[in-house]
Amino acid sequence: MIVNQFLILAAAMFALGVFGLLVRRNIVLILLSVELMLAAVNVNLVAFEAMHNTSQALGQVFAIFVITVAAAEVGIGLAIVLLIFRNRRSANVDDLNVMRY
Amino acid sequence: MDWFETWGLTITVFLPVVGALLLGFIKRDNEDALKRTALLVTALAFLASVGVVIGFDYGGTPYNTYQFEVNETWIGAINANYHVGIDGISLPLLVLSTFVMVLAVIYSWNHWEEPKNPKAFLILMLILATGMNGTFVALDLVLFFIFFEIVLLPMYFMIGIWGDKAPRKVPGFAREFETRLYAAIKFFLFTLFGSAFMLLGFLAIYFESGNVGAERTFDIPALTELGAAGAFSGPGNFAFLVFGAMFLGFAVKVPMWPLHTWLPDAHTAAPTVGSVLLAAIMLKLGSYGFIRIALPILPEEAVSWAPFIAILAVIGIIYGSLACLAQTDMKRLIAFSSVGHMGFVMLGIATMTDIGINASIIGMVAHGLITGLLFFLAGSISHRYHTREMARLGGNIKLMPVLGGILAFTAMASLGLPGLAGFWGEFMSLVSAYNPLDGLSLGVFRTAMVLGAVGTVLTAGYMLWMLQRVNLGEPSAEWEGRQFHDVDRFEMTAWVPLIILIVVIGFYPKVVFNATTDAVTSLVDAAFGTDTTAALSSLVKGG
Amino acid sequence: MNDLLLLAAEEHVIEAGTGGFWSDTAGIMLVTPFIAFLAILAVGKRLKYQGGEIAVAALAVNLVWATVLFVMNMTGGVLDTSNTFEIARIGSNLVFELGWVVDGLSIMMYFLVNFVGLLVFVYALSYMHGDVRVPWFFAAFSLFAGAMLILVGAPNLVQMIIGWEGVGLASYFLIGFYWHDLDNVRAGNKAFMTNKVADVGLILGAVILGVTLGTWDFAALDEAAAAGGEALGAVAVVAGLLLFFGAMGKSAQFPLHIWLPDAMAGPTPVSALMHAATMVTAGVYLMARTFPLFEHLATEARSWMVAIGAITLFAVGLLALVADDIKKVLAYSTVSQLGYMMTAVAAGGYTAGLFHLFTHAFFKALLFLGAGSVIHAVHSNFMQDMGGLRKAMPTTYWTFLVGSAALAGIFPLAGFWSKDEILATLGAEGYTAVMWIAIAGAFVTAFYMTRCVALTFFGTYKGHGEPHESPRLMTAPLIGLAIPSILFGLLNIPGVELPGIGNFTEWLGVRVVAMGDHHAEAIDFALAGLGLGAALLGIILGWAIWGKDRLSQQERDRFQVPVLYPLLRRKYLVDDLALGLVGATTGPIARMVDWTNTYVIDGIVNAVGGVTKWLGGLVYNGLDQVGVDGIFNGLSAAADTAGSALRKMQTGRVQQYASGFVAGALILVVLFVFVI
Repeated sequence: MIVNQFLILAAAMFALGVFGLLVRRNIVLILLSVELMLAAVNVNLVAFEAMHNTSQALGQVFAIFVITVAAAEVGIGLAIVLLIFRNRRSANVDDLNVMRY
Repeated sequence: MDWFETWGLTITVFLPVVGALLLGFIKRDNEDALKRTALLVTALAFLASVGVVIGFDYGGTPYNTYQFEVNETWIGAINANYHVGIDGISLPLLVLSTFVMVLAVIYSWNHWEEPKNPKAFLILMLILATGMNGTFVALDLVLFFIFFEIVLLPMYFMIGIWGDKAPRKVPGFAREFETRLYAAIKFFLFTLFGSAFMLLGFLAIYFESGNVGAERTFDIPALTELGAAGAFSGPGNFAFLVFGAMFLGFAVKVPMWPLHTWLPDAHTAAPTVGSVLLAAIMLKLGSYGFIRIALPILPEEAVSWAPFIAILAVIGIIYGSLACLAQTDMKRLIAFSSVGHMGFVMLGIATMTDIGINASIIGMVAHGLITGLLFFLAGSISHRYHTREMARLGGNIKLMPVLGGILAFTAMASLGLPGLAGFWGEFMSLVSAYNPLDGLSLGVFRTAMVLGAVGTVLTAGYMLWMLQRVNLGEPSAEWEGRQFHDVDRFEMTAWVPLIILIVVIGFYPKVVFNATTDAVTSLVDAAFGTDTTAALSSLVKGG
Repeated sequence: MNDLLLLAAEEHVIEAGTGGFWSDTAGIMLVTPFIAFLAILAVGKRLKYQGGEIAVAALAVNLVWATVLFVMNMTGGVLDTSNTFEIARIGSNLVFELGWVVDGLSIMMYFLVNFVGLLVFVYALSYMHGDVRVPWFFAAFSLFAGAMLILVGAPNLVQMIIGWEGVGLASYFLIGFYWHDLDNVRAGNKAFMTNKVADVGLILGAVILGVTLGTWDFAALDEAAAAGGEALGAVAVVAGLLLFFGAMGKSAQFPLHIWLPDAMAGPTPVSALMHAATMVTAGVYLMARTFPLFEHLATEARSWMVAIGAITLFAVGLLALVADDIKKVLAYSTVSQLGYMMTAVAAGGYTAGLFHLFTHAFFKALLFLGAGSVIHAVHSNFMQDMGGLRKAMPTTYWTFLVGSAALAGIFPLAGFWSKDEILATLGAEGYTAVMWIAIAGAFVTAFYMTRCVALTFFGTYKGHGEPHESPRLMTAPLIGLAIPSILFGLLNIPGVELPGIGNFTEWLGVRVVAMGDHHAEAIDFALAGLGLGAALLGIILGWAIWGKDRLSQQERDRFQVPVLYPLLRRKYLVDDLALGLVGATTGPIARMVDWTNTYVIDGIVNAVGGVTKWLGGLVYNGLDQVGVDGIFNGLSAAADTAGSALRKMQTGRVQQYASGFVAGALILVVLFVFVI
């Protein structure tokens, strides 16, 4: 089986995610970018499973794990964003440098 | 009372931390309930240790057997177990620990240092209690290490939060530090530095035990058995270095010269109760580690290190006493006196004889009682005068006769007056230094004996000088017209038991020796007495 | 006891008694003063004599036991028992015990301590009345009595050390009793520290002896010595010298005597009981207890000890001549007399030294109490503020006179017999030169005591106010001490056994005989005459110089009444000569010794103290803070600097971190794909 298409798709998605992570200023969009990167990983996992065909569906299992963790992460992340927004009236990461030295 | 045989030690160790959890549920401003709960918990832990004392079999049990033993699997993967037990060596120290803890809670009743917050302080104290009690009963290296390290954290916070806020110039730094922060960090780093090496030593022993014995183990009794047979003393200097690593870990805690410099700072900065617990119990964790772990497991290396330990111990005695003569701060003076007194303890251990190790144990107990009391007193004095500068004190006994009288008594006990507890440790460690284990250099140890005896003179010198500056003469004009309240009932309740014990042990040291002597004698016989090579071959062949 | 000793005892037809009930319960004596100590601290303030009655009661109880034992020892055969109980056991062979010994030596000391102690306590009831902190005074005094009895009752060296340091502690407390004046505190510190230095010798000696013998029991020491001393070997010399060094401190031997004159800063009853009669004799007692060591085993060291004793008895005795403080005169005299005891014991005169210890306790306590009585009346310690008190204070005067005569060694008072015994022993043991020094010492003793008596009780009163005789509570103890000062010399006339009770030598017990102690069997009349002659010469010269204010009278006459001047000059020509002669010799020597005492020995002590303190400062400031601590501070400073530089990277901007992260990941990708 040819996995190249899937890998190219995943690489593209991942690159888009990285780009978004680095250049976006809105926290919500940054979170979305992270999700995009995770999705890219999922594509990879499933593609490699299909290629190796381990008959244990390990790739799918991992993908489901990632999806679960991603859901939890988004939940917490959005909660934090909400709290920050309530306190600061802003969702711009550049305003959030309180963790500086 | 069968259940007590299995649960006694666990109760003693973990009751305080359970109490700490309970305190978490009590409201911060309900100070009375907090204090009562803490007192109840520590008193129960003390009673449990008394129960251990009563149930303890003082008849000559065989070497390397422990009573009230519990051995449950804990971390199976590395063969680390929840193994606790007690023998004559740890019994007095466990009781000392639970006992002083009760007194510390009583003393705290109305002595809260800024920023108060009794809840947090009591919780830290109770965690500390669990760590200290646990160290004395742990029979597994991992367990020991964890308890050994647990005590660091509460003490760090005690010093860092409730400590002395005065700014302090530190050589090498441009800016000034708050004393408490400097001391807390120094204390933590120093001890952690030592512990890192100690852990390394423990791991080395763990892996080596797989090579010489049946399986890798952290179990102290099992390692002791291997050690007594000389299993770790193969060719090469592996074991020598391992002992060195353990030595670093324990020596920092003791503290031995030149690793002592954290001690004066920590003691000076710590709140009163912190100083008391630090001096009375925490310093003993190091010397106890020597007796429980380093000596039995690596006896031959202990013998090769012994002259070195003895030399450092004697330097500590002389050096600590000389440094005391230069102090102007009362607490700092008492702190430096600990360096000297623990020097005697280490000198006793370094002789590797039963007399010496007995001397060191009673020395530890006596130092715990006496120096603990001295720090209580120093705390109460600075509580009243708001200074520890001895130049500003003076005539204290005129302003507060009872407090001054107790200070005089304790100073006398501290300088090793015969008939009080401090004498036996010093005298017997000199006795043991005259005749150390066969094969140890008589020259080194007898010189150490003479210098140690000279150290007692210096000790008397600085103690009398302290009394002169704090207690005697006319009070300085600064305090004229001020009303000082003499010892209050909480202080009295906390101190009188210590005073009584100091006298009782002074005249009847059997209360300590009764427990220790058999255990120590069999330890010395097994570790240094038998033909180790023969025993080793039989053990290795037999598995 | 060892068979050998008993064998020796049988030869001398001394049968050992057991003492029964009284010796079995003698330990009570060691406990009552401590009970009194606690009781006085607890309730003393509320009592009429502020706790003094409790202290007196304790010693009164003790005196019953002491007296009964003393009499039993005299009449019913010499006692020799000991009761001990174990206080610690290390392994199988090292045992510590406490207990009490009832034998001739300890009985003598029990009696001495309790008898003199009781009288001094009674005296103190009145003397301390109205003073500050009276309950504390009696408490500390009781503490002393208890510690002293623990010391004398000790069956082993460790218990003796407990008592030894205990009396030192009480001494520290009581010398510094008036602690509001820091000078007194310093005197107390000086006493404690001097003793502590000497105690290094005691402790090390005890360690060596105990480890070598395997026990600290005195009985075992006796046995080892009787067995020929192989068990001890060469260490005996070292241990003996170390123990002697310890004894030198407590018994104020040259050059460690310096603390004793300063110790007079304490109240006078303290000086009487502790710094004259009992505590300072602890060193002699220690020597007597470990006598077998010195007699058989440490013979090489003996001449050193004799020499130190001889220097003390003569050189320090001279100092008494120049002291103006009446208590210091007596203090120097005490040192000198302790020198006699030490010399005697070191030379092998067990009985002689102890007998002098025994008699000296009575008359020296008497002298101190007399001095206290005078001080109480004139409110000054200085003899130039006294004079002519003979009329105003007859009881004090007569008893003081008895004490002085006894001290000077006038026939037939106690001091004569004990000093004569020492002279005889020195002669018999071959220390002829030392014997002559001791005779010269007798002269000096008589000389300064004459001066003391003359300046205090004769001539005209020079102080303020009207001195009165002290109250009955103070004079009664004076009389109580004067009687034994007169009579107790008769207990040990050489060769004389008192009907039914024998003599002092026998009461001291079997071990004396077994150890081959020299004891004169008859009076050596020539030697006795020589000693007495020296003393009389001292008195005559002293009286000629200081008697009845004559010299100062002459000086006054010389300037104020020119008519009488030639007559007086002629009359006092002898006096002038004597003064010139004596003044030109003894005066400068005494002053020189005093100077040495003040500037050399004291100077060394102070310098050692100063240097030690300086060294402490050096170690702390130079080495500890800069050196040792500096290394650790330097390390953490380096970490701190590095941290300051690196923390700039922490901008707090998430996306900068993420960029770094991505860049890192890219580098890894490049590495993996193109390099590896």
